[in-house]
Amino acid sequence: MQHLRQARRTMSSTTKLYLFHGGLRLDGHKQISNQSPIATCKPQNRYVIPVQQHIGAAGDIIVEKGQRVLKGQMLATTKILISAPIHSPVSGTVIEIGKHAVPHPSGMETDCIIIENDFQDEWIRRNPVAENYHQMNSHDLRNIVRNAGIVGLGGAVFPAAIKQTETNIRTLILNGVECEPYITCDDKLMQERAREIISGADIIGHIIKARECIVAIEDNKPEAIAAIQAAIDEDSTGFFHLQIIPTKYPSGSEKQLIKIITGKEVPINGLPADIDLLCHNVGTAYAIHQAVFKDEPLISRVVSITGNGVKQPQNMEVPIGTYIADCVTQCGGYNDNASCMIMGGPMMGYSIHSDHLPVVKATNCLLVTSNNEIHPANTEAHLPCIRCAKCVEVCPAKLLPQQLYWYASTNNFERASEYHLFDCIECGCCSYVCPSQIPLVQYYRSAKSKIWELEADLKKSNAARKRHEARQFRLEQQKREREERLRQKREMLNTKKGRPEENEINLKKAAIAEALARVKQKKETQAITPKNTDNLTAEQLRQIKEADQRRQAMKKKNHE
Amino acid sequence: MLTIVIVLLAIIAAIFGVLLGYSAIRFKVEGDPVVDQIDSLLPQTQCGQCTYPGCRPYAEAIANGEADINQCPPGGQATIIALADLLGVEAKPLNAEHGEAKETKTVVVIDEQTCIGCTLCIQACPVDAILGAAKQMHTVIASECTGCNLCIPPCPVDCIHIVPIEQNINTWKWPEPDGGHAAPKAG
Repeated sequence: MQHLRQARRTMSSTTKLYLFHGGLRLDGHKQISNQSPIATCKPQNRYVIPVQQHIGAAGDIIVEKGQRVLKGQMLATTKILISAPIHSPVSGTVIEIGKHAVPHPSGMETDCIIIENDFQDEWIRRNPVAENYHQMNSHDLRNIVRNAGIVGLGGAVFPAAIKQTETNIRTLILNGVECEPYITCDDKLMQERAREIISGADIIGHIIKARECIVAIEDNKPEAIAAIQAAIDEDSTGFFHLQIIPTKYPSGSEKQLIKIITGKEVPINGLPADIDLLCHNVGTAYAIHQAVFKDEPLISRVVSITGNGVKQPQNMEVPIGTYIADCVTQCGGYNDNASCMIMGGPMMGYSIHSDHLPVVKATNCLLVTSNNEIHPANTEAHLPCIRCAKCVEVCPAKLLPQQLYWYASTNNFERASEYHLFDCIECGCCSYVCPSQIPLVQYYRSAKSKIWELEADLKKSNAARKRHEARQFRLEQQKREREERLRQKREMLNTKKGRPEENEINLKKAAIAEALARVKQKKETQAITPKNTDNLTAEQLRQIKEADQRRQAMKKKNHE
Repeated sequence: MLTIVIVLLAIIAAIFGVLLGYSAIRFKVEGDPVVDQIDSLLPQTQCGQCTYPGCRPYAEAIANGEADINQCPPGGQATIIALADLLGVEAKPLNAEHGEAKETKTVVVIDEQTCIGCTLCIQACPVDAILGAAKQMHTVIASECTGCNLCIPPCPVDCIHIVPIEQNINTWKWPEPDGGHAAPKAG
């Protein structure tokens, strides 16, 4: 009760807020999972760690099959800028490197490292910088964040260090809004680890040299508000401000949150940095605190395991790579009426068709729905659009969803792009209110991925054209060079045939004659004269005579 | 009066003549922009299935009215529609004489055990996507291969095979919902 009073007091002292267009007031269903403290996941035998859990390039695997790895040891990394390394959540042995199914709407498999736990819990050598970070420069601190594999834990999983490269940012916004129904992982994290979150935010503020940090929390989380307020009160610098915002979906979306707090809008195709702002999720700030103060990489995260389909819904700190099935088992297992598993929330998540998948860095919530608890996205027949414009009223990005649907469903991508399809944040408000139950977001997602494919094709065909032209040019050049060589040779021959130089010929003839004379002379002077012919016996003379006769005969024969 | 008018008109004509002459030199357009526009719509496989030795010659032939717009199997119906849009003509189905549109994108791979290093495929590749030297093993740079299959006929040991490009998580596309009532044509 005291928490609530404190929260109200804080609320009344906040500055003016701005409203964004549209949005929905949804039932929170938060109490299903936020009644118990964050549980710890029991160690499991096997962990499956996908190499790519973030936006950007996958890392190169730096361990081998059969190798022993320690807890926190790096498993894959790369020098490519937009990427993040991954680490082992336990000590054990790499038993396989290969394809394994991962949580993804496609249900496809991708490269994973499978580690068998040896239950030793042996950490790699850690060397935390702790309080010394105040003396460190931004570059070195950013490297700590990068090497810890920290990505945006709000769901976008964009490598955190890259966002922190902007250094003229005025305000850091810490996003503890958690507007999507059912999800309570940030709520519980703020309640239980507020001090660490504020410390992490201070580190981020130090990296980007921000002048202030606004922690934004929805007013439906009084306990989290109280905890964060208490942590802020401990800080005497005045760097932190708490901002309580009204509960409305999707206030937690970066662009909408910025609009609520500052009244500014992020420009089209722009970033918050363009208006001197940076947004980070509270979970990300906590992970950064762990990396700096304990030198622990991102090897676990808080996951809300919730919904009426699971027996003991709760939040749990789960090592990355734990099977979803193992998490659910620790929550008492499934209820008999469990019908569908969704990764993420009911609005923006996607259904997964197996629980034999690992928890990844993006897994903020595992929602097990019971029958009729929520309506899954309508993928079958829907009624025609009646242009009631309810979707326009709720669209938080101020788009025209009905027009986008028109163009997306007829593959008119040029027009869809003109109507700012790529500003759609896929929040699902339009699908939620559509009286014809048109799965609008699914049309937009499909259109977006088709446009990306077309762009990739265009890039490839441009490259092919360049290569083809380069080849044509090279072949022609070779042909020209060959012809040039031939022409030069022909010309040389022609000059000799056409104008024979008398002098030259005479000189040559004279030279030949001279040479012949020399040879003749040499023959005459160097004719072989028999040696040691004195005092020969009669027998020897006879032999010589015979040999001479044979030679004569042979010469004669040769002449014939 | 009449003379003045004639003189005046002559002067105006002269001024415009000079102006036109100047702008013809100053703003001269190099090449044929229509050919460029057509070429940019073609898939650049350089496969020659259209009977022209490459995409640009085909684009030139279309611009000159020598070739029809439905001779490009790798581009398929999408290219035909885009060309019809650009040139203001009716779209038509693909001419089957030139081949069928491919369902999935493919590349070729060389079976490196069988390759004898004859360089014939290197000479056939229109985009220099095959790497190798005489009596050395050859290989295809898969990311540069356009899937034109021109290297297959010259190979004396049949060691080049067509493989479809496999989808992975990064190239996967969200499926389009199959709405029972199709949306009306966009206007």
